[in-house]
Amino acid sequence: MPDATGLELLAKELGDAALETVYYRSRATVLVDPAQIRAVLAKLRGQGYAFLASVHGVDHYPEEPRLGVVYELLDMSRVDRVAVKLRVPTDAPRVESVTADWPTANHQEREIFDMFGVVFEGHPDLRRILMPEDYEGHPQRRDFPIGGEPVIFTRDEAKWLEARE
Amino acid sequence: MIPAPTDTETPPPALSEYRRREQSIDIAPVGEQLVGSDQNKTTEELLTLNFGPHHPATHGVLRLLVTLQGEVVRDLKPIVGYVHTGIEKTAEDKAYWKVIPIVERMDYLSYYFNAMAYIGAVEALLEVEVPTRAQYLRVIHLELNRIASHLIWLGTSALDLGATSIFLYCLRERELILDLFEMSSGARMHTRYFQVGGVIEDIPAGFARKLREFLKVMPERAGEYGAILNANEIVLQRLRGTCPLDAQTLLGLGVTGPLLRAAGNPWDLRKAAPYSSYEDFEFKIPVGTVGDNYDRFAVRLAEIYESVKIVEQALDGLPEGPHITTDRKVALPPRHELATSMEALIHHFKLVTEGFRVPPGEMYYPIESPRGELGCYVRSDGSSKPARVHMRDPSFVNLQALAPMCRGNYIADMIATTAMLDPILGGIDR
Repeated sequence: MPDATGLELLAKELGDAALETVYYRSRATVLVDPAQIRAVLAKLRGQGYAFLASVHGVDHYPEEPRLGVVYELLDMSRVDRVAVKLRVPTDAPRVESVTADWPTANHQEREIFDMFGVVFEGHPDLRRILMPEDYEGHPQRRDFPIGGEPVIFTRDEAKWLEARE
Repeated sequence: MIPAPTDTETPPPALSEYRRREQSIDIAPVGEQLVGSDQNKTTEELLTLNFGPHHPATHGVLRLLVTLQGEVVRDLKPIVGYVHTGIEKTAEDKAYWKVIPIVERMDYLSYYFNAMAYIGAVEALLEVEVPTRAQYLRVIHLELNRIASHLIWLGTSALDLGATSIFLYCLRERELILDLFEMSSGARMHTRYFQVGGVIEDIPAGFARKLREFLKVMPERAGEYGAILNANEIVLQRLRGTCPLDAQTLLGLGVTGPLLRAAGNPWDLRKAAPYSSYEDFEFKIPVGTVGDNYDRFAVRLAEIYESVKIVEQALDGLPEGPHITTDRKVALPPRHELATSMEALIHHFKLVTEGFRVPPGEMYYPIESPRGELGCYVRSDGSSKPARVHMRDPSFVNLQALAPMCRGNYIADMIATTAMLDPILGGIDR
């Protein structure tokens, strides 16, 4: 992790794309403008953070904007990590996909789309990945209830179709 | 692309629509070049083969949609989610210490690692000091778990390659490890041994002796596995030079662990960013040269020896001291204190009913699991339950490398490559 000063310097490099920096428990996070995420990650790659370790989805319910996407960047030569975070509201959960620059984001963006409903524009194959394709709702959202999930067997398909109509 | 979900959306497509779409998943365009000498393109046609989800060679409920041109794999799409059990969602409904047993069930072959990643993130948020003895005990169990995980991988992979006896030998040694786990924690799998602040109990009398016996036996046995497989012409032909992928592509795909090391990149978090006292131990990082299936096999086999070395050093250097933090706000008080101390009783009651509260914040804690970087992202909102637990599971990320590895190779090599990829579906689907 860069130290607190290093994080400020990094945020300065990003210019107006960086909205806020959080340095907490030796973890460095930059909150960025969702519209500029690809440019931000490309700039950080130029700074040496060339490995995208992970992409997480997070729901800040009830705070707005609710949905968050966290990109964990890693510099393998300096063994340095920095997290880039963006927040989008639930009524317009659109973020540009970074899969073209970082192929590893493919599965992880699909997972976030599946679980939180964040739409990654420009993703080559944005389908649900863990839940069934005809599933309704985004189960990892904090206001999505636990339980009461019926088990859908193929043999009951006709019955389910009827019940839906 | 699927249209954006909005709250006032038209009703979603009916189930038959789902079936229709499932059958119409797109296939990749055919490349110009054909493998082998057969250049008669007019007689070639593409075949979409559904492979799995219930197939002995997929190592779990993994489904692959394979586009074949003759025997050559032209494209491959992994379809996952069949064992999705919503562990991350369940975790948000439980107190921090009650989450440990359920995250252990994600990647079911490396349960200690799942627990370690999660606990590490919580400990970082709490700023708890973990006693050195607890760190060493963790290392012993982590490395034993790594050996057990590699043994299952070796056994099942050998089965895929047609070698049946190796599987039985591997399970025989794994049994010794599970016996050790049972000794220290009472459970053979999903042991719930790691706790926030340390481990639940110190190792019992006789554990060290039994562990030393195992450490003596294991390298010999690993040597035997190597001798059997390295002298087997069929295994060598199926592994050597098949489905290589270079380190640069692997890094772009986010692949870490033995797969990346097989391609020659010695990235290992135990060395690069040591956690839990790994800096105290001397061990080597096995690396491959070309990154083919044989290198993947050889790197994992060599890792077994290195893990044995680490466990030996941790056992020799095991310091005296407490096995869990003395911070009563996060760790249960010893049983005998409950009879005499009012504070202990109060702490016990608070911990068991509500659990401890974690200061608000976010943390990502990466460790080196048998399959690569296993990271746990924990967001706390200040309550006694996590607001978000997300595992960056290496199997989930590494699975993306299967298609680039297999494209243009024979379907038989795809079986070997899937085995050498070592995907654990419990970790992928969570």
